[in-house]
Amino acid sequence: MEQLFTLTTLTGILHSTIRLATPYLFASLGETISQRSGVLNLGVEGQMLMGAFAAFFVVVTTGSLLGGVVAAIFVGALLGLLMALVSVSFRAEQGISGIGMYLLGLGLSSLLFRLTLGSVQSVRGFAELALPGLSSIPVLGPALFKHSLLVYVAFALVPLVAYLLNRTTWGLNIRAVGDNPQAADTLGVPVIAIRYATVTVGGAMAAMGGASLSISAVNIFQENMTGGIGFIAVALVYFGGWRPVGVMLGILLFSLVSALQIWLQLVGIGIPSDLAVMLPYILTIIALALAPQRTGQPAALTRPFNRGMV
Amino acid sequence: MQAFPPRRTTSTITSLELRGITKRFPGVIANDTVNLSVHGGEIHALLGENGAGKSTLMKILYGLYQPDAGEVRINDQPVTISSPQDAIARGIGMIHQHFMLVPSLTVAENIALGLRSSRGLRLDLDRVSAEVQRLAELYGLRVDPKASIWQLSVGEQQRVEILKALYRGAELLVLDEPTAVITPQEVDDLFAMLRQMRTEGRALIFISHKLREVIALSDRVSVLRDGRLVGTFATAGKSRSDLARLMVGREVVAARADNSHPTEHAGSVALELHGISAQSDRNTPALHGVTLQVRAGEILGLAGVSGNGQRELAEVIAGLRPTSAGTIKLAGKELMGNPAERANAGISYIPEERMRDGAVLEFSVAENLILRNHTEAPFARGPLLDRSAVDQAGRDLIQRFNIKTPGPHTPLKSLSGGNIQKVIMARELSREPAVLVAAQPTRGVDIGATAAIHQLLIELRQRGGAILLISEDLDEILALADRIAVIHAGNIAAILPHAEATPERLGLLMAGVASEVT
Repeated sequence: MEQLFTLTTLTGILHSTIRLATPYLFASLGETISQRSGVLNLGVEGQMLMGAFAAFFVVVTTGSLLGGVVAAIFVGALLGLLMALVSVSFRAEQGISGIGMYLLGLGLSSLLFRLTLGSVQSVRGFAELALPGLSSIPVLGPALFKHSLLVYVAFALVPLVAYLLNRTTWGLNIRAVGDNPQAADTLGVPVIAIRYATVTVGGAMAAMGGASLSISAVNIFQENMTGGIGFIAVALVYFGGWRPVGVMLGILLFSLVSALQIWLQLVGIGIPSDLAVMLPYILTIIALALAPQRTGQPAALTRPFNRGMV
Repeated sequence: MQAFPPRRTTSTITSLELRGITKRFPGVIANDTVNLSVHGGEIHALLGENGAGKSTLMKILYGLYQPDAGEVRINDQPVTISSPQDAIARGIGMIHQHFMLVPSLTVAENIALGLRSSRGLRLDLDRVSAEVQRLAELYGLRVDPKASIWQLSVGEQQRVEILKALYRGAELLVLDEPTAVITPQEVDDLFAMLRQMRTEGRALIFISHKLREVIALSDRVSVLRDGRLVGTFATAGKSRSDLARLMVGREVVAARADNSHPTEHAGSVALELHGISAQSDRNTPALHGVTLQVRAGEILGLAGVSGNGQRELAEVIAGLRPTSAGTIKLAGKELMGNPAERANAGISYIPEERMRDGAVLEFSVAENLILRNHTEAPFARGPLLDRSAVDQAGRDLIQRFNIKTPGPHTPLKSLSGGNIQKVIMARELSREPAVLVAAQPTRGVDIGATAAIHQLLIELRQRGGAILLISEDLDEILALADRIAVIHAGNIAAILPHAEATPERLGLLMAGVASEVT
């Protein structure tokens, strides 16, 4: 038993944790931006699937990884724009419009996949990029600094989004619009434009999360390959208290339990695999239930804006 | 977007003119060809009842609504104001009745919001704070730029609102009912500051329905009634009753004028609170050992600035909020149980949020009138409702309480605010309660209905009812209450007999400056 848990295992588990966290980071950080402006985008899962497909399709047909990334961002932004149209301009019930977005992304990505590529195939995705020097630190080096480019990008987004929200005029506008859009409006802040922007950026980031699976982590596309990541990503925004660093910590915890669960199955400890797979989700539910009373929730979250109506 | 730090780009506003402004909403004309002219160096009061069209007119001036007809002229030039941004750029500032502040942000962040930063995309809050400090000193508006809005008192929040407008170089300032939520001392400070701005040549529009303040402060007054301008008058030479008549369109007989204060007639203790503590909705302590008594045949007024525990206290008595300590006694017996049981024991409650907590707006007038008794005879026969008994009771109460409604079947929501409150009063008073807790009973109610509600409270007292009148309107408390308790930060700061209660003394107690509990 002692032999099972070696330093190599530790490195392996940490490496998996970082890799598993990547799609969540893209999706959750995008969702954080959108929710801080007061719009709940529950359609993240659908946008991830479309991003995963668009990136995969472009890489299969052109071989260009950059092309894949651009395609994912473009498709995600387009779906974000659609989401904004429905939720911001038409003032739809955001829980419902999100479910619609999810079903659209799920159905459309499956349909397009069958119509164009048809069968499972793999691509040569982003290669592993060992950071010189850092990656040779014992134990931690290989765990943290031997990943593909998109993994580093995802983690770099954490301070970037935090800076955007807390230190810039855009961030101030976003936070104000999410808390009291009427007040922001009376000061000439363009509430509608800001919500359009955040939901569009959120869509693009969700699609990047999908692409980080299909052209970086597993390098294949399958129907419904995200399998709920997008929904967990939304839950993790609540868990992280709408703060980028908090969201990242939640994601790391969730990914660590997921990695442990995979390792447990690999070494064959006597836990039924179905039960092991459930572990991270059970953890999420417990953590959400125990989380402090939603401090930091944008006061106008899910409330559409209509000038003059208080 | 305006440059930062603010330039005094906006040239002085020497005159503002609204010409023939008309604004229609489905089913109502909120403004009907209204003309208004205001000039720099003047405090111009805009007087009218709720629903007279004051707020609509000002929202048009601030670009929140577009008029259906009419034009706005500044310094004799026609201007189009299509958004608040336009209004700000033209030097118009507005202090909204419901403050337009973002609670989670700091004072400096709220002021910087919507402005361009001197450092491009990066926020420069230090610079904003310094400028805020300068303005604050100039006008005596003390406030910490780094504090979050939710930590500030209502008076401080109002100062932030004013600073926000000044920071943007407002030359014309609209104040929508600015005195509704602050203490008398804060009102004095506010008026002093407004007079200072007047001498600087700024134009000020002061919206109010408090006649005393209009007379004390304004140079001219424009009166709106039912969406139309009744006229613009020099304030000097107009009495309160002149203005009231213009505002309402007929003579107003105030019930409060002939109210005596026969404390000596008060009977035995009807309601007794001892050491009551309770939590707020946010689980912070809201009441700290509140002790008070209300006697049969007296009105105990509870004065205080909004948010000092009044709502929690009313809910504790009504049984809607649990206590963490203390006892409540009704006629010497401990009061327990759920709200319905308490109501049956003789407690009636007029909630502050009457539209939300006091009535079912979708139900008919008659249904609302029997809401408390619908499970009892004659309204209920077993599980069935006796419709004709409900209608009969409805008609009786509508007549007895002079409720203006097309009939008992009219949905409550189509009645005016004053008549909705009369329905709630009728329902509660027809039970002849031993104790009535009335929270802000006339807030947002027109003058006529206010007088009727005051009359009902006085009559209940005459019949021996014990009344706890919770109000933020000091005039109302002083007119009706036999004794006055002041609540501050969840403590009873003092209980004064009517004869000893002056607005100044109450104001100091409300502000927490003095405590007179011995």
